[in-house]
Amino acid sequence: MKNDIILSGVGGQGILSIAAAIGLAAVENNLFLKQSEVHGMSQRGGDVQSHLRLSDKKIHSDLIPYGKADLIVSVEPMESLRYLPWLSENGWLVTNSSPFINIPDYPQIEEIINEIMKVKNHIIIDADKIAREMGSSRSGNMVILGAASPYIDIPYSSIENAIRKLFGRKGEEIVEVNMKALKAGRNFTEKSDL
Amino acid sequence: MQKLLLLGDEAIAQAAMDAGLSGMYAYPGTPSTEIMEYIQSSPEAAKRRIHREWSSNEKTAMEAALGMSYAGKRAMVAMKHVGLNVAADGFINSAITGVNGGLIVVAADDPSMHSSQNEQDSRFYGKFSFVPVYEPATQQEAYNMIFDAFELSEKFSIPVLFRITTRLAHSRAAVELKANIPEKKLKLPSDTYQFILLPSIARKRYRILLSIFEKLKFDNRISKYNTFSDGDNRKLGVITCGIAHNYLMENYQDPGPDFPVLKIAAYPFPKDLIKDITERCEEILILEEGYPVVEESLRGILDEGKKIFGRLDGSVPRDGELNPAIVAKALGLPVSYGNDVPQIVRMRPPSFCKGCGHADMFNAIIEAMKSYGPGGVFSDIGCYTLAALPPYNAINSCVDMGASITMAIGAADAGLFPAVAAIGDSTFTHSGMTGLLDAVVKNSSITIVIADNSTTGMTGGQKSQATGRIKSICAGIGVEPDHIRVITPLRKNHEENVRIMKQEFDYKGLSVIIATRECIQTATRRKKTSTPCE
Repeated sequence: MKNDIILSGVGGQGILSIAAAIGLAAVENNLFLKQSEVHGMSQRGGDVQSHLRLSDKKIHSDLIPYGKADLIVSVEPMESLRYLPWLSENGWLVTNSSPFINIPDYPQIEEIINEIMKVKNHIIIDADKIAREMGSSRSGNMVILGAASPYIDIPYSSIENAIRKLFGRKGEEIVEVNMKALKAGRNFTEKSDL
Repeated sequence: MQKLLLLGDEAIAQAAMDAGLSGMYAYPGTPSTEIMEYIQSSPEAAKRRIHREWSSNEKTAMEAALGMSYAGKRAMVAMKHVGLNVAADGFINSAITGVNGGLIVVAADDPSMHSSQNEQDSRFYGKFSFVPVYEPATQQEAYNMIFDAFELSEKFSIPVLFRITTRLAHSRAAVELKANIPEKKLKLPSDTYQFILLPSIARKRYRILLSIFEKLKFDNRISKYNTFSDGDNRKLGVITCGIAHNYLMENYQDPGPDFPVLKIAAYPFPKDLIKDITERCEEILILEEGYPVVEESLRGILDEGKKIFGRLDGSVPRDGELNPAIVAKALGLPVSYGNDVPQIVRMRPPSFCKGCGHADMFNAIIEAMKSYGPGGVFSDIGCYTLAALPPYNAINSCVDMGASITMAIGAADAGLFPAVAAIGDSTFTHSGMTGLLDAVVKNSSITIVIADNSTTGMTGGQKSQATGRIKSICAGIGVEPDHIRVITPLRKNHEENVRIMKQEFDYKGLSVIIATRECIQTATRRKKTSTPCE
């Protein structure tokens, strides 16, 4: 088993909590894990990415080689495209469709969606909208994680356990909201990938 | 034993605590910041009352750590690579004094300059100061090495340099913990002259240091980290340093390389092993994260021996961080590649957060400077350096901590008027105060704008030594009270702030404007933690 995952977004969008959830779930399944993060300057509204590698064998490089990622998980649509050089031929791209616009020359969202559609295996989900509809606009990243979860070789229950651990100290209500967001994302992918 | 999922930085911090650390000293700097943060948030450290306060800068941190070591206890000091330049005086002389309690100096290098002004390789400092250097490849190796580093430090009475790079500092992996070692007891050095570097004593100490350096490579705590693995294919031998080893192995998963590999992770380098692999193999490839330190030594000036590939002949790029593809290419292996980035994808540089006070401050500076023309704003290291980017384009320099004030002094000496320095609160107490004293003494015609957001912002909001003290520091150093102005950088105060800036820019003498408004990030975090239901 080997899952090489690139998480992408804009500094401050919370990709590190997605990484933390997958990381905890991987540990529960006794997998090897390496997860490279971006700290520092880019976190101020710049593009950020995390290389997350899971395997049942020893992992050497902290970085995923080009063309070897099994999955790109992005909380921002334009950012999902920035990492295509890493995506393997049969890899999946799972991305939010809601843009985060903090630059003056942000392209038309239609153009971005067009480019994403050119990727052989893709899931485009309006995670912000789904999160809003559930009354928890801040759990969009958990919707995305749910949408990506069918492509991660870890039992879904382990990811749920990880979310319980991550949000547990914030109270049962916050845990439930994030569980619902996760499930909504997963349902979306299961329906669209028939 | 217990296993934890830790960043490289955190593995170092956890190891130091487990190895009996009594004092941690640091100034925040990417990618080293999380070492201190981990210890500050550790309940174990709180229980043991490990000293874990931020220092004003890397030099004060280094010296405080040396003081802890003088008193017989184990101390660690952490900084980013350029921080070691600031701490260099104390660091290099600490090799001459030697240590009493174990002393580890962590320098976190930033090849590719993800968050830095240069990509200097701290291994040079090891050679320069005759200090052993550890360069771990993995989080687990970093954890294990800390125990050996403390032992080595105490056995030879020498500080140990611990060099990591961004990728290891900020990558997480499982780390298996070891049994804890109790903290050392207070115990003064047996030689009461050891730490007095009068020339007569320093000469003796230096000779001792030189003889220690010769012995280090024979010690198991160094030699066990430099490992040789043989292979039948003797055409090429590969020497890796630190994390470069991971990228080599990534390219030879199963069954592993069929050629000899020498993995170097501790210095002074293993001359016998290097000789051995070069004798065995027709050609040598050297993979180093950072400068070609080992490669330059191996080539020498004549470079007439064995065929060597590395950064100096272009087999590996001369600058920047390594990755699996660069290493594959150097080995002549095929490099995989996904699809190109579509042309519509735009650059997304970092920028001021929404609602950041620095933005309002620079809007005022830009307007107040309009009548003078461009070129007169010297800036410094911090979030506010982002004012270099559009739409602001508001600053003309960013060199090193504190250089805004001192460069403004020099430019004013040359006749530039007005010369404005823009510096953050934490940078000001790090290295700006001495420059301010220079300006006071000669009454330089400069205006210093201190962007006081009451935190060390760029590194994630650590406590700033300056908080609540800037005005009294400026007055205490001798700035005329009438020319210490305090403003609040808010859009609604724009006209007033521009007026005050114009007045002070026009003034033919030294003035300080303190633009005080809390960092939007720390303010938000503070509000969140004070409402428990969130």
